[in-house]
Amino acid sequence: MKKVFSRPKSIKKNPFHYCPGCGHSIIHRLIGEVIDELGIQEMTIGVPPAGCAVLAYFYFDVDMGEASHGRAAAVATGLKRALPDRIVFTYQGDGDIAAIGTAETIHAASRGENFTTIFVNNGVYGMTGGQMAPTTILGQNTTTSPGGRKEKRDGFPIPLSEMLAVAKGSAYIERTAVNSPSNILKTKKAIEKAFRTQMKGLGFSLVEILSPCPTNWKMSPVEACQWIDEVMVKHFPLGVIKDIPGEKKDAH
Amino acid sequence: MRGNHVIAEAAVRAGCRFYFGYPITPQNEIPEYMSDRLSKTEGGVFIQAESEVASIHMVIGASMAGARVMTSSSGPGISLKQEGISFLSALELPAVIVNMSRGGPGLGNIAPSQSDYFQATRGGGHGDYRTIVLAPSSCQEAADLTYKSFDLADRYRIPVIILGDGMLGQMMEPVELPPEIPIKKLPPKDWTITGAKGRPSRFIRSLILDPFEEEEHNWKLMRKYERISKEELMWESFSLEDAKMLVVAFGIAARIAKGAIKRVREEGLKVGLFRPISLWPFPAKVLKEVSRRVKHLFVFEMNMGQMVEDVKLAVDGGVEVHFYGRPGGIIPTPLEISRIISSYYYQKKLG
Repeated sequence: MKKVFSRPKSIKKNPFHYCPGCGHSIIHRLIGEVIDELGIQEMTIGVPPAGCAVLAYFYFDVDMGEASHGRAAAVATGLKRALPDRIVFTYQGDGDIAAIGTAETIHAASRGENFTTIFVNNGVYGMTGGQMAPTTILGQNTTTSPGGRKEKRDGFPIPLSEMLAVAKGSAYIERTAVNSPSNILKTKKAIEKAFRTQMKGLGFSLVEILSPCPTNWKMSPVEACQWIDEVMVKHFPLGVIKDIPGEKKDAH
Repeated sequence: MRGNHVIAEAAVRAGCRFYFGYPITPQNEIPEYMSDRLSKTEGGVFIQAESEVASIHMVIGASMAGARVMTSSSGPGISLKQEGISFLSALELPAVIVNMSRGGPGLGNIAPSQSDYFQATRGGGHGDYRTIVLAPSSCQEAADLTYKSFDLADRYRIPVIILGDGMLGQMMEPVELPPEIPIKKLPPKDWTITGAKGRPSRFIRSLILDPFEEEEHNWKLMRKYERISKEELMWESFSLEDAKMLVVAFGIAARIAKGAIKRVREEGLKVGLFRPISLWPFPAKVLKEVSRRVKHLFVFEMNMGQMVEDVKLAVDGGVEVHFYGRPGGIIPTPLEISRIISSYYYQKKLG
């Protein structure tokens, strides 16, 4: 019988520790599939974040070097500059990339550092227990924005991907989601394109992925996926934000 | 050559091809020199980062890849780098960090000071760790120690701090530079992350959630620190033989003290100098042995009294320890120090 579904070679045989309904497992798998399909497992180096995905080195079967909270873009810069012929990617959450690591990320993009960033946006600090994130949308309830985020008290959420698109050194930026089969397939294509952008040496590439966090959103996994469609995408519209390689033209 | 240029050139000759930094006075000649030198050197990479925090993490990335890498700063910038220095220690990554320290706390000023002794020798960042700390007192020594620090960093997989000050960085002296090491002749590293080609994948991490495993990691680091404490002690002594009193000073303060000692010796005072070169590991045993013969130690620092604590720990109450310090970026003259030394000398009825 033909095997139609199996574990990607670039994913280790360790069970994921993620909560039920969490998007990280899906995103890990997509990255693993892309690395396999591009045949770059032996030349890829990942930089995991501080946050829920900090243990990513237990899951990806590629070389990985841990970064402290927010510093993945700087660590990746050092790695890629030292090993320009390898494929370097960072895997970062919203707090990591859009709060504590904003400076590192904007400057890496501005310098046109030739690595890829996978930015997982679930609008909360997951690992620390659901505090307000820089991407928490107005009205969203978290443990540090009781009664919902209010602009006067808590400020506005940060559209980081749009900000990074302004940087001259960024080559490819797309926002996707992993809340439905079609969105998952689009996400995989975007990840592949981001890696290809790097392989062509075009500069900084980033895929922002809206990802469900049922645990901290206090929703069932199904509700969480619906909430992305009904609420989250209104604040973070899906689509290609910047496309220097120019192969895809569905920019919003 | 100027002290800052000497350090930069010695680093390149030691095989350093990666420099990440951020401007701060009084060390700007290091990034300036590196930007030019590395752009003309094969495989050389220089980045002026967006902050000291970013630059130390670029150091981490290049070090993970196996490169010889350096950053430099001064007091306030070194404070920002402490996050990365803690990570370098936990991840067991080699790197060289230069601190051309200045008057503090806060922004302080840009004059020479030794106020970062505690920060350098006590780890400086969070967690239970040590870094090798070397304190040159001349441009020649700055060249030699910088050169050596890359070997030490690689041998022990540890960050090494060169603790200088604004004066060392700015002063000009003739220097004999060490020979350039061909990168290919450097010993190979079997722990780097370079892509898992023909071998199982590796990861380098500092998060160890299991307290028993983390304890084991700490013990492992501790054993390394103990080895360094035995094998990498450096000090210099001067006019020790007949000394009744010993001045203990490091870095540029030792240079000033030497001038002062020469003066008081002309007046017949029997005073010697003990200069720790490795501040961590601190040459405590040697100092204790020396202090058995000399009953009076006079510690001189350009701060409010930091190394004096290590001196007191070393002699363990065995002898009297007197302290004189000038903080805030003041550079005392040998004349001033010679007066303080002789007044203490006579006060203790040593002559």
